[in-house]
Amino acid sequence: MALLSKKDTKLITDPLADNNPITIQVLGICSALAITAQLKASIVMALSVMAVLAIGNVVISLMRNIIPSKIRIIVQLVVVAALVIIVDQVLKAFSYELSKTLSVFVGLIITNCIIMGRFEAFALANGPWRSFLDGIGNAAGYGLILVIVGFFRELLGSGTLLGFKVLGDPIEKTGLYAIGYENNGFMLLSPMALIVVGIIIWVQRSRNEALVEDH
Amino acid sequence: MENRTDKNSYTIIFAIVMVFVVGAVLAFTASSLKPRIAENQRIEKQQNILYAMGVNDNTEGSAVFVATDEAPELFEKYITKQIVIQDGETSEDSEAYLIDIKKEKAADPSKRRLPLFIGEKDGNKLYVIPIYGKGLWDAIWGYVSMDENMVVQGAYFDHKGETPGLGANIKERFFMDDFIGEHLLDASGNFKGITVAKGNADPKNEDKTDNEVDAIAGATITGNGVTAMIKSDLKLYKPYFDNLKNN
Repeated sequence: MALLSKKDTKLITDPLADNNPITIQVLGICSALAITAQLKASIVMALSVMAVLAIGNVVISLMRNIIPSKIRIIVQLVVVAALVIIVDQVLKAFSYELSKTLSVFVGLIITNCIIMGRFEAFALANGPWRSFLDGIGNAAGYGLILVIVGFFRELLGSGTLLGFKVLGDPIEKTGLYAIGYENNGFMLLSPMALIVVGIIIWVQRSRNEALVEDH
Repeated sequence: MENRTDKNSYTIIFAIVMVFVVGAVLAFTASSLKPRIAENQRIEKQQNILYAMGVNDNTEGSAVFVATDEAPELFEKYITKQIVIQDGETSEDSEAYLIDIKKEKAADPSKRRLPLFIGEKDGNKLYVIPIYGKGLWDAIWGYVSMDENMVVQGAYFDHKGETPGLGANIKERFFMDDFIGEHLLDASGNFKGITVAKGNADPKNEDKTDNEVDAIAGATITGNGVTAMIKSDLKLYKPYFDNLKNN
């Protein structure tokens, strides 16, 4: 017997491509713009969002029958805020180096529209196991775009990947810099992230006509 | 039909219970992890001070600190003396490195405690001074080590929330290393500080007596913050170094 049924597998694979939270639902754009200047930050952010979204989805799903509908948004907010604080504290205690990279982005996790969106749209109506898979899937879809954007921004903006100089040394003029290549400083600014996300959306839709809306 | 969970009384009780439960969970997490976090922060301070002194695992590329488990031992070995200057009086304090510079900056000038760490590396006496200021988004801080003529021998900067790829680069090695060899005093011996200058005529930072280092493109306000904290905080130690010379 397969570990996941066909329906469950779709929960994970759909958000990766055809229902991607960033490129299709256009959620979570703000954090995708803010933190993708470096690949490492993108990866750390993706993993943190995955932890918060998966656990949060399970918690909300377990509580779905007892949450009063009048204050459900506040309840969701409290759950995500509490989770983010716990994740931050645990990182500080057991992985101090990582927590320093993360600290700037903690606030961004709380305000991440994907998390509230999944609580509201999925966890309030589904069981814990399916909610967990949905959380993992959506966070992975979000992280995938983050890593792609971070990859191009760091490579073209700083000439490095994860801090390693891959295009040569810009001061000593080695590698690509020897033949006149210059770092594109514009890549480090947030507007370029929007353009990179735009290009990803363009490529994705031109490959899959079904995603293009009719007007 | 009205659901049981739609009642006002249920909503209010739910909210109250939730606040207590979440509060308890957070309080428990925070208090049980607090000793570990404090210990991590203490070791980080030791690593940063050692880094500024040149005791680190740098080879090339990014800044590398001494290993976490070796830091306390090395700190003991390299830092020979920790002193606190208060209102011109100096006293020894073996835990001076734990002084919260942010709090001291807010204190009355006559009550302000200025920590100073004296270390020895390769036979040279080094004076490490903590600094604290503000960048574009949040706090920035660091440690500067210097010889008795106030010539910088090493610097470490850190920040809380500067822009990744721009202002956050003050903690990258290419920037911190630029400070090594810079003079804090001008030619006639008055305190001048070091300016993080944009568009200066010395981008490779070869002239170390011009009191300037090359700025990071796109990080003007963070750079100004570094300039300001070096000027305001290191200046306070000038009398100590004057004293040192006269004796």
